[in-house]
Amino acid sequence: PCTLLQPCLRRGDTGGRCGCRCGRPDPVRARCPQLQEIVFRNFYTAFLSVRVQRAGAEGSRKWVTCLRDYRLMPSPHTEEGSQDYFSLFRHQMLCDVDQVTAVRFILRQPSPVWLHFTIEELQIYPPSQKVTGCWWFAPPPQCGEGDLRQELPDPEKVSTEVQQMWVLTEVIRARQAAARIGRFDVDGCYDINLLSYT
Amino acid sequence: MVDPESGLSLTIARIVQRLQGSSLHSQLERQARVSLHKPEIKLESLKEDIKDFLKTSGWEKKLQNAVYSELNVFPSPCHPAAPPEHMKEPLAYMRKAQGSWEKRILKSLNSMCTELSIPLAQKRPVGEQKELLNKWNEMGTDEPDLSLFRPVYAPKDFLEVLMNLRNPNYENGEQPSFRNHLGLIQVPLKVKDIPELKEDFSELGLNIGQLGIDDSAQVPPEFFENEHVRVGQKVLAEQDSAAAQQYVRQGCPTALRADLWALILNISNQPEDILYYEQLKSNVIQHDLLVDSLIYKDVKLTASNDDYYFVFEDYLYQVLLCFSRDTSVLEHFTYSSATPPKSYIRGKLGIEEYAVFYPPNGVIPFHGFSMYVAPLCFLYHEPSKLYQIFREMYVRFFFRLHSISSHPSGIVSLCLLFETLLQTHLPQLFYHLREIGAQPLRISFKWMVRAFSGYLATDQLLLLWDRILGYNSLEILAVLAAAVFAFRAVNLMEVTSLAAAEAVLADLSTLKVMPLLQIFLFATVT
Repeated sequence: PCTLLQPCLRRGDTGGRCGCRCGRPDPVRARCPQLQEIVFRNFYTAFLSVRVQRAGAEGSRKWVTCLRDYRLMPSPHTEEGSQDYFSLFRHQMLCDVDQVTAVRFILRQPSPVWLHFTIEELQIYPPSQKVTGCWWFAPPPQCGEGDLRQELPDPEKVSTEVQQMWVLTEVIRARQAAARIGRFDVDGCYDINLLSYT
Repeated sequence: MVDPESGLSLTIARIVQRLQGSSLHSQLERQARVSLHKPEIKLESLKEDIKDFLKTSGWEKKLQNAVYSELNVFPSPCHPAAPPEHMKEPLAYMRKAQGSWEKRILKSLNSMCTELSIPLAQKRPVGEQKELLNKWNEMGTDEPDLSLFRPVYAPKDFLEVLMNLRNPNYENGEQPSFRNHLGLIQVPLKVKDIPELKEDFSELGLNIGQLGIDDSAQVPPEFFENEHVRVGQKVLAEQDSAAAQQYVRQGCPTALRADLWALILNISNQPEDILYYEQLKSNVIQHDLLVDSLIYKDVKLTASNDDYYFVFEDYLYQVLLCFSRDTSVLEHFTYSSATPPKSYIRGKLGIEEYAVFYPPNGVIPFHGFSMYVAPLCFLYHEPSKLYQIFREMYVRFFFRLHSISSHPSGIVSLCLLFETLLQTHLPQLFYHLREIGAQPLRISFKWMVRAFSGYLATDQLLLLWDRILGYNSLEILAVLAAAVFAFRAVNLMEVTSLAAAEAVLADLSTLKVMPLLQIFLFATVT
């Protein structure tokens, strides 16, 4: 249950077309205190920084930068990466992202050739949730039995490997007969007058 | 952007899934079962023994080649959150442009049907079926009246579309500024510069032996050639696709080319492949399609008029007609920006169960399409093998030359690469041609769309296509186009009109590809 508010984007001080914009969706209202993964589609943003507000001791709140100038477009004057989808994972963050009360996105685009830049389809996932289609890559649930770990191989590692093996078998099981049949007619008929525009 | 680890897992899952349905999989299974009777397979070490058996009997290599081929053809997986169209083309405005271009083609085809009042497809009467079957090997002798048919489009029309391509989020001011390109292509794609190309094409360097160059002063060229042939035979004996791909970067000896290309493309012409080809043939016999007339017309207009290729006319009909019926070609639309045209069986308009693709392979041929097949006829004489090689070349490379996409091998990038190279390295020539209204791309576009087929002498063309296969990229086409302009720069500086510039570049059949590429990439002071 971590749907986000629409990011409210503010034009940076530089005015003009290049520059910096901020957006701050509010994870508190979405009740999402822990960050596992941030997914979004880029739209002509060259660099992204993320700042989070964490609840400290005695109710104090502090803004910390957890991602600094992450490059989304390898060459800001050209298209590469301009409309790609990105995932930012917890392990890429510079600091802990637990007990987060607010997140702020700082978008930078040094190139003046683009009329507009933003990020779209922003989604923030807590640890329990995974991106659709990618569910098997999420790390396995934590193993509580600390003592056993000394004797046994790292359960996380084993679990990931087993999960991957399992995925492969699932994929194979789900597979329909793939032999090329090569039929293009419908019940032996392929009489066509005109092409359809839709 | 997916992180590398999950990207790898996705790729593995996809390849496993695809190979699972292949005949290779059942062959491996059968071999493993047969091997159980061998004395060296022990029950206690069953798994390892079978693995060893598959390794020593050469089946492991076959599996490796199949995996390698999958990796070469399919793009690396997209982000899981990305919709399928993102894999076809990541830039929304490019997808839109391709969509409206396709709509134009559909309209043109539909209006041709209406004007001539002939259907797109119908069953052939039995008598006609027999007749076609009898003259299958001499379809060229047929002279149907095709004067009313016209090619759906020619490269020139396509260039007009590419020239008008704009990114709506890009500052496209009316006033010329540093943001406008001086060439015809106005989209801000990233293209490589000479240093990057030098690195990519490092095997073409001046101090590396090349087939297609015979000017070495001290060392007789036979030295390199004999050694190169020996290595080539070794590569073939190993049956390793990856090694073959690396090998052809220095060119293929003529005698080994057919086998090396087949190895790179992982085409083995198994009995089931021959059967599949026969099935396509029977589909051609049964159904009469409008695109057949377009194919006839195209072969008559291009290959039949070509001094090198006219002898292959009959082969071209066979391959192209079968190609149009091949539904396995539809698979390439998952990674192509194009979408196959759709239609409904007569009288069932709008009912999804009766929706079909037209033509069955989803590819509408354009003026010059048959030139993609023609050079291959020099290498393969068996129609089913020729067919498979062509199909693989199409779904790996040629489709990119007539669809709008941002892929580095796509025609838009090639055009921009050509213009950028020329502008950077021959600014005076570029400026001069632009001033007299002879934009260089107007001349070179047709070369690139046809991958130079029909423009170069065939031995030179095959040396060029060696490099396309070797580098798994079409960028070399743009480099060669720029190199041709550089080679003719002195003459071009003297012309004062587009027609005169075209005349200077009308005949490329005397050019030697490899020296031109080498000089342009490695011997020009930058």
